[in-house]
Amino acid sequence: MGKLTLEDLRRMRGEKQKAIDMRDSSNKDVQVIVGMGTCGIAAGAKDTFTALVDSINEKGLTNVLIRQTGCMGLCHSEPTVEVVVPGMPAVIYGHVDAATAKEIVEKHVVGHELIEGKLLDRPSIDIIKNG
Amino acid sequence: MAFESYVLVCGGTACCSGGADKIVEAFAAELAAAGLKDKVQVVKTGCLGFCEQGPIVKILPQGTFYVQVKAEDVKEIVAEHLVKGRVVQRLCYDPEQAKKLVAEANIPFYQKQYRIVLRNCGVIDPEKIDDYIARDGYKAIEKVLFEMTPEQVVDEILKSGLRGRGGAGFPTGMKWKFAMMQPKGQKYMVCNADEGDPGAYMDRSTLEGDPHSILEAMIIAGYAIGASKGFIYIRAEYPLAIHRLQVAIEQATDLGLLGKDILGSGFDFEIELRFGAGAFVCGEETALLQSIEGNRGMPKPRPPFPAVKGLWGRPTVINNVETLANIPVIINKGADWFNKIGTATTKGTKVFALTGKVNNSGLIEVPMGTTLREIIFDVGGGIRGGHQFKAAQTGGPSGGIIPPQFLDTPIDYESLAKIGSIMGSGGLIVMDETDCVVDIAKFYLDFTVDESCGKCAPCRIGGRKLLNYLNKITDGRGTEDDIVQMQNISDAMCKASLCGLGQTASNPVRSTLRYFMDEYMEHIRDKKCRSGKCSKLIRYMIDPAKCKGCTACARKCPAGAISGAVKTPHVIDQSKCIKCGACEATCKFGAISHG
Amino acid sequence: MSGKVETMTPELKAFIEEWKTKPGNLIMVLHRVQQTYGYIPREIAIETAELLDVPLAKIYGVVTFYNFFRLQKAGKYNVQVCLGTACYLRGGDDIIKEFEKELGVGVNTTTPDGLFSVEAVRCLGCCGLAPVAVVNGEVHGKLETKNVAGIIDQYRKLG
Repeated sequence: MGKLTLEDLRRMRGEKQKAIDMRDSSNKDVQVIVGMGTCGIAAGAKDTFTALVDSINEKGLTNVLIRQTGCMGLCHSEPTVEVVVPGMPAVIYGHVDAATAKEIVEKHVVGHELIEGKLLDRPSIDIIKNG
Repeated sequence: MAFESYVLVCGGTACCSGGADKIVEAFAAELAAAGLKDKVQVVKTGCLGFCEQGPIVKILPQGTFYVQVKAEDVKEIVAEHLVKGRVVQRLCYDPEQAKKLVAEANIPFYQKQYRIVLRNCGVIDPEKIDDYIARDGYKAIEKVLFEMTPEQVVDEILKSGLRGRGGAGFPTGMKWKFAMMQPKGQKYMVCNADEGDPGAYMDRSTLEGDPHSILEAMIIAGYAIGASKGFIYIRAEYPLAIHRLQVAIEQATDLGLLGKDILGSGFDFEIELRFGAGAFVCGEETALLQSIEGNRGMPKPRPPFPAVKGLWGRPTVINNVETLANIPVIINKGADWFNKIGTATTKGTKVFALTGKVNNSGLIEVPMGTTLREIIFDVGGGIRGGHQFKAAQTGGPSGGIIPPQFLDTPIDYESLAKIGSIMGSGGLIVMDETDCVVDIAKFYLDFTVDESCGKCAPCRIGGRKLLNYLNKITDGRGTEDDIVQMQNISDAMCKASLCGLGQTASNPVRSTLRYFMDEYMEHIRDKKCRSGKCSKLIRYMIDPAKCKGCTACARKCPAGAISGAVKTPHVIDQSKCIKCGACEATCKFGAISHG
Repeated sequence: MSGKVETMTPELKAFIEEWKTKPGNLIMVLHRVQQTYGYIPREIAIETAELLDVPLAKIYGVVTFYNFFRLQKAGKYNVQVCLGTACYLRGGDDIIKEFEKELGVGVNTTTPDGLFSVEAVRCLGCCGLAPVAVVNGEVHGKLETKNVAGIIDQYRKLG
């Protein structure tokens, strides 16, 4: 991409914001977000990521976007995974090993049910959106 | 099948012992009775924090937060909230406390955390510049480069009240102002990402989670002070943070957000990474600059301050990662938004790496003025394993140890200094009764002695001497005179050391002497360590009433310290005992104990 | 000590040439040297001094000042035991002693077979997993002394 001008940057921000608000990047309306800071990776987030990918492929789901993010701050419960499904509240799960990753895909993404025992509270409001 | 609402019942240890299971059962029964079984899902969760207010119930999607819920309350929650959609006010957490610390009063607010620095951490993909841009990223530079003069930028930061988060709390705007006022010419903007405090990882997480925010802040600072070149001095021990910064710098450069003529504004700015190499003293500004210049990281006397004469003799501003992460938000939302958060003297929030004997260790961000009790018990979920809170440590090797009587002190730079600690960079370590404060003081001294650069005598010699006294005391050879000597040396180090490392190195000793003198005295007079941590003070004893004279312990003892005839009670020669504990582990009759 | 004489790789030489004109290059160059060889070999230090035109004494001054640089080759498996505060409180000290005992070497030394070396490091930043040891980048968290022998065996089997 070439160098941006002020207008380019503003247009880019607008487009990208719209995409995120619609929760729709390339027809994927479900997002599964894995915390991949040093602590998350140390606790096994890479295995979690792989298990999520495998499980989604196995189920043949094409509407799920799996992406990485930094530390969610919940070090006591790494690896952590956020799941955003339309019509359901966005939630964070802790201690997500490969088995839980599979459960997330089967029960939460497909079955639209929250999973017992590993759900955690979002630590803070979002100052960009609400503040 | 799709649920309309979700009832989250906290399944943390505290809530479970408060009857969380009964609450889950009650919800199941009440929902079935109300015919809502298929519309509302009841889920037991991991710990939601606020353990002292438990059991906790949270209703989604509204996010209503109920505290101290009993099984008897469930019927009302179902009938009122889930059937009629009316919040049960009497069970809500009283948000007054939290509200007065932050600006917005219009949202239901129960959370103790408030994330400015960590706003994007755990939200965006740190390796995608688009994600950052979508969340108001690089919006502050639009405003700064096109609508503000450098003076206005500096004024805005001054007005915000932002103070350096590296530890000392110097007003950031002042630093910028000094550098701005220097004659035009080559100036430098440096980001201090050499997080060397053991037990602290706030900056690493910020860089890993939101690298672009630091780049944006450095562009703003560069514009304000008139620098066209920036350096990020980062620990080589942080490979992931380095990688993500490299990716971010590349992306920003490709888009023209770094480099020549940024966004067509005519302002040039470039950023280079420089690696630290594991020297704690390089967190000190003048030492850090030495290190960037490729030298041994030895501090220099100040003045001249780096803002006047810094990197290669040119005016230089050095800000730490957390300080910088605040900058774009201050520009976007305005100084008046920012300076309403926090206390009279300290604005904004503080990120802490909450670790040690706390249930929910993690990276947290709270408004200044939050109390230690709120941090440890509400956010941190209390002390692990049902132990007692003994002390908290802030500021790492330069900080102090805070006893329980100050749990309700609102945290800011001044209040922490008053009780003998410092804000520091953000390590917050919680200790319980199994930790020995003398041992902790020794741990920190051991660290600073190891890290002292050796340039000035008070730090080099004083630190070593303090450590020797602490070793003597924990070995059971201490005398009361040692305490007096330690106090004298501590005072001398504070007054006479060249840099911050030496001036603060005795803080762990001073604060423990101040608040835990009785424990020092126990070590010295009674040769006893109440936590059992100081192994040389442990005494193993054989109870003659229980000892069968089986000789198992005598045969096991590697030091030959146990003697006694077969079938008669044995004795331990304390002068030979090496406190290995093998005897206690061997005895089948429970006759050997230690204390 | 390893008897092998190291020779400067073309990549390293190119890197030094690239950085030669940049002010404050020494530490960045030394990082590259250590990345290439795992330590700072004397013969490479001498050559670097010539290429950068700095006294050898200055190079050794810098190398010995910073904990990160090492003058001895690490073992094939470098065990880094965290002694940050959180790990210390949860027994990191005992973990490092156990490694020393099991491997029969002290801190910052390499086993005679060149397989293992033990190192104490300050905070690896995974305090939630304390106490922690890292072996060649692989993290072992929530350690107890009884796990140590197993971890060593696991790598010894790999040879």
